[in-house]
Amino acid sequence: MKTPSSRRRNTDDRAFRLGTGFFALLVVLLVAGIFIELYRTSHLSLAKFGFRFWTGRTWDPVSGEFGALPFIWGTLYSSMLAMLISTPIALGIAIFLSELSPRRFRAPLAFLTELLAAVPSIVYGLWGVFVLVPIVRKLQVVTPDWLKKVPLFSGPPLGVGMLSAALILAVMVIPFTSSVAREVLKAVPATQREAAYALGATRWEAIQAALRFGRTGIIGAVILGFGRAVGETMAVTMVIGNNPQISASLYAPQYSMSAVIANEFTEAADNLYLSALIEIGLVLFVITVIVNAISRLLIWSVTREVKAKAPKPATTMALAAPTGGGE
Amino acid sequence: MNRTRRRKALSGFVVFLCAGSVVLALIPLFFIFGYVISKGFSSLNWDFFTKMPKPVGETGGGMANAMVGTAYLIAIAGGFAVPVGVIAGVYLSEYGKKSFGSLVRFTADVLNGVPSIVIGIFAYGLAVLPVKHFSALAGGLALGFMMVPIITRTTEELLNLVPGSLREGALALGATRARAAFSVMVPAALPGIMTGILVALARIAGETAPLLFTAFNNRYLTTSLLQPISSLPVQIYTYAISPYDDWHRQAWAGALVLVGFVFTFSVLARVVTRRLERMHRT
Repeated sequence: MKTPSSRRRNTDDRAFRLGTGFFALLVVLLVAGIFIELYRTSHLSLAKFGFRFWTGRTWDPVSGEFGALPFIWGTLYSSMLAMLISTPIALGIAIFLSELSPRRFRAPLAFLTELLAAVPSIVYGLWGVFVLVPIVRKLQVVTPDWLKKVPLFSGPPLGVGMLSAALILAVMVIPFTSSVAREVLKAVPATQREAAYALGATRWEAIQAALRFGRTGIIGAVILGFGRAVGETMAVTMVIGNNPQISASLYAPQYSMSAVIANEFTEAADNLYLSALIEIGLVLFVITVIVNAISRLLIWSVTREVKAKAPKPATTMALAAPTGGGE
Repeated sequence: MNRTRRRKALSGFVVFLCAGSVVLALIPLFFIFGYVISKGFSSLNWDFFTKMPKPVGETGGGMANAMVGTAYLIAIAGGFAVPVGVIAGVYLSEYGKKSFGSLVRFTADVLNGVPSIVIGIFAYGLAVLPVKHFSALAGGLALGFMMVPIITRTTEELLNLVPGSLREGALALGATRARAAFSVMVPAALPGIMTGILVALARIAGETAPLLFTAFNNRYLTTSLLQPISSLPVQIYTYAISPYDDWHRQAWAGALVLVGFVFTFSVLARVVTRRLERMHRT
């Protein structure tokens, strides 16, 4: 039935689809645009140093020698340490909120822990500089001498340094990992736990069954937290000490990729210096895109699969039980 | 029986550890809020909101310029990010089931995880490098790019809460898809969409890193698109790393104002979302 009005409706619908689709396309173009722009503006450094940029240890703007290894080290080391501290805590929170907490406390506690993510980075930094760093310094002063001989704890008690950075990063990353891990646990069908209980499992054993079911998603949540830690800028810049050296010591002031961009970008007087900094940004971009892509795919593989495959009643049960839907 | 007891003990211990980790995470939260509130309130005064910064080393003055600057930057950012984000979200909820929809959803999530400082470099390349000077426009662009994925995803999520029968009803009455979306679905989800915008604002209001080399800083009050402009976060940063006690005091006051904003936005967003969820629960 092709009446004029139905034809007009079809063109209208197509216009609507293409029109809104264009804006959706903008989101994709934005990511592509970032990559192209960063690649373009860092070509000077890319062409001059090549792979040497990532193995060199000298960062000397005056002589035009740029090696970014100390920054990569600082970023990876601080992020790894932060993950070591935050992962068990974040998973503990996720388990408690989705499996154990009395229903009444669930929403308020979830809100409070997620509030940690709402605090701006600069406020973490301010708190770090004036509260955390002095505490860490005191801790360093009272470190017994025998412990200071261990490379991990060597160096003067400055307060600023790797330990302060890792601690503050850990706090900042917790809410991201825990909220996604909670989402994953929510998506695990209740039948998984019920089956475990039916076989006489204890609470922890039933939780283990749920964790095993959602393990890919849980790993995704941890990786997501890692991505956050890698890109975090202000708080790290303010407490890591900003000293480009490679040291295993938790007490040593070091540097990170994001911090060097934040500190030196406006000072970069010549084009080579600027493009070297942008190259660091390009690599930061590529790392975080890869890390986030992997983590999203892992998380989706659990949350989607359950929604798509589980038979209807099980799905509603799984979704209703941990959300505490009905009041 | 001994084995059962051991299993139960282990289970109880793990439950204890999980509860403990919640407490452990709340300690820094209260610690930070406590400091910001106590130090902030004792430093906050009327001058802070109404006066301009004093020259280096002099005590007194305020951050009036920074607060106007932040509001201005947010207006620029929201000006383009809200339409783009909302319309992209409408597309995802109307047609997003195909592979292109998944791609957009995926890139939005990935974009959300890109460090803000990288977005800052991008805005620098777009708006600072060609004209060779810092500007409010560049800062607004950077913040807007960060808002887009957040608004897109929340808009889609909240539109999906609106029952599909509403759309079907509109279509059955002869409405086009566009009419059904913008006259029926979007209005029904409007409080939710506002929430998404609030969440995005809360996220970017405190962003410092992307502004350092786009909007830069300015000791004076300006509302020019093409001049460098000050912002609350950058001002807090500058004051925090300075050696002056009075500037440290003002940095805490600034942090209190910032946290107050973000907290209000977050609470509002949560209240609206919960109400929406309750309203549309089947």
